[in-house]
Amino acid sequence: MAHNGDALRRREKRRSILFTLPMALFAALLVALPLIYVLGTSLVESGQDFSLGATFTLENYRRILRADYLLVFLNSLQLAFFTTVISLLIGYPFAYCMARAGRKWRFILMMLVIIPFWTSALVRIYGWKILLQGNGLINTVLKRLGLIETSIKFLGSYGSVLLAMVYCMISFMILPCHSAVDKMDFTLVEAARDLGAPPWRAFLTVTLPLTTPGILAGCVLVFVPCVGIFYLSDIMGGGLMLIGNLIRDQLLKVRDWNFGSALSMVLVLLTAGIYAVYRKCGGKDLGVF
Amino acid sequence: MQEVLLSLQHIKKDFGEGEVLSDISLDVHRGEFVTLLGASGCGKTTTLRIISGLETADEGRVLLGGRDMTDLPPEKRPVNTVFQSYALFPHMNVEKNVAYGLRLRGMDKRAIDKRVREMLELVQMSEHAGRMPSQLSGGQRQRIAIARALALEPELLLLDEPLGALDLQLRRQMQVELKRLQKQLGITFIYITHDQEEAVNMSDRIAVMRSGRFEQIGTPEEIYDAPMTRYVAQFIGRSTILTGTVKSVSGDTAVIMDENGSYPVDATRARLVPGKVCELCVRTERMRVSREPVPGFSLPCTVKEARYAGGSVLTYVTMAGGAEAVATGEERMADAAQPGDTVYLCWNPAQAAVIGGASHGA
Repeated sequence: MAHNGDALRRREKRRSILFTLPMALFAALLVALPLIYVLGTSLVESGQDFSLGATFTLENYRRILRADYLLVFLNSLQLAFFTTVISLLIGYPFAYCMARAGRKWRFILMMLVIIPFWTSALVRIYGWKILLQGNGLINTVLKRLGLIETSIKFLGSYGSVLLAMVYCMISFMILPCHSAVDKMDFTLVEAARDLGAPPWRAFLTVTLPLTTPGILAGCVLVFVPCVGIFYLSDIMGGGLMLIGNLIRDQLLKVRDWNFGSALSMVLVLLTAGIYAVYRKCGGKDLGVF
Repeated sequence: MQEVLLSLQHIKKDFGEGEVLSDISLDVHRGEFVTLLGASGCGKTTTLRIISGLETADEGRVLLGGRDMTDLPPEKRPVNTVFQSYALFPHMNVEKNVAYGLRLRGMDKRAIDKRVREMLELVQMSEHAGRMPSQLSGGQRQRIAIARALALEPELLLLDEPLGALDLQLRRQMQVELKRLQKQLGITFIYITHDQEEAVNMSDRIAVMRSGRFEQIGTPEEIYDAPMTRYVAQFIGRSTILTGTVKSVSGDTAVIMDENGSYPVDATRARLVPGKVCELCVRTERMRVSREPVPGFSLPCTVKEARYAGGSVLTYVTMAGGAEAVATGEERMADAAQPGDTVYLCWNPAQAAVIGGASHGA
């Protein structure tokens, strides 16, 4: 019996390798190789290609430790943080209502989340820009209502950048939160009420802790891409210097590929670090690593 | 026993797809064990949820100890529930589950710890205080759910099919234990089940429900011996129901006749007049078959099958008019009648109930 079991398990294992091999190859070619190239480039002297004759150096990384560069990282982290918090504050209640709504409303709300995915984010952001501009719809309406005298300059403000970021990222908050609330057994809330908890206490002591995995997943899914995004700030005229801007400038304007690579590697490590902390805290696998 | 603790008055509920409860009223006395018994969908869970406040009645009042609770939210009612699925908080260990309600009351930590310990002792789960619900078996979860509800010393404990998910052995054991707890603590229980045996074993009174109404409310003995309706007679226990016309009444005995033959009925327990239609319920364990005609009875039938049922033999017969009946008799299969044999049905007239008639005591 034991022998049979072992043989079976070995065969199972062999079969599972067969299935994972194509994926591993795919990952190696499209993720690992380019990443190794970037890592290599970041570790050789400025102006040199990553090759056998190149001179090894940590200078590119040392250069990052300058106050103005660190400030750029801080800018990005701050923007990502605010975006995540706002997405959570709007997204969680939305997800909660969606999960608790009747079938018809749930469908309508779900469509509201999904339909924007059908068009490019860039197009939708330009749409916002048109709405927000000096003689755009929002200013026109406010003026007609007599609420304002002269147009408000929305574009270029930090708020307009945040708006664009939240608008683009909030679905990634809503979907995991929705699935967490949807999966929750609401008999537990009834039990809490039955044991003397007013609705808000029941929410804080039962619903919230039980949907925390969804909240954490949503936060990671929003925060991580937000750190690297820079084009939204550029389109909205935010004038912010973000990590993304810095990397783009190094690669495309200054043409210092080695320093740009070092910056990219730091961004990758930052992302990996956030994900590692998330997993350490008991977060569920998001299928990233 | 005499003080009315819970009073349901003319409760109606409609979820928009027809009436779930149509005008039900029930008084439960302090310290009583009342079971709501009925098939699924009869409205028993809705009744319980209206008592706990998790559902609101469209019409009618819920009174507890004379106080109107109809408009109170569940957290303000001195009533606790043991849910069918147990509904233990999966993110809290056993101790925290039991302490949940006590903490909400703002009791100090020492008093909470003491109470939790008492409760866990009461349900014999002291060693498991640190376990998470997912590490417990079904029976253990059941005990914790009971401890959690009892920790708040409710005036009334509601139990929604609490033993439904347990296997038969454990079920029987928990029945005994629950009954012991109820007696020991003197707490009023309202218990839901669809298992008539469980209801008969545990309850002081049973309320048999059917499509949003009470068919009959009474002690297990009353329900069993004097069913008020055909539904109750069929739902509780196994029985044969005979429908016939009263032929004659003389003194305490009436004679009923139907297409299967004729038989005597105890006329003291129901108002019987000649010509009236009468339904008689004879419990399977009180129905006998005889190889010779029995004086007073004229119910010949043909044996269809004899089946061993542990300690006795059940004889399935077809009566002269085509109706089916089941009788109990013989301890051994060797003594049983063979299929095709002609036998005669009989029973002790005092032990058969005219449906809708009065009970023995009345």
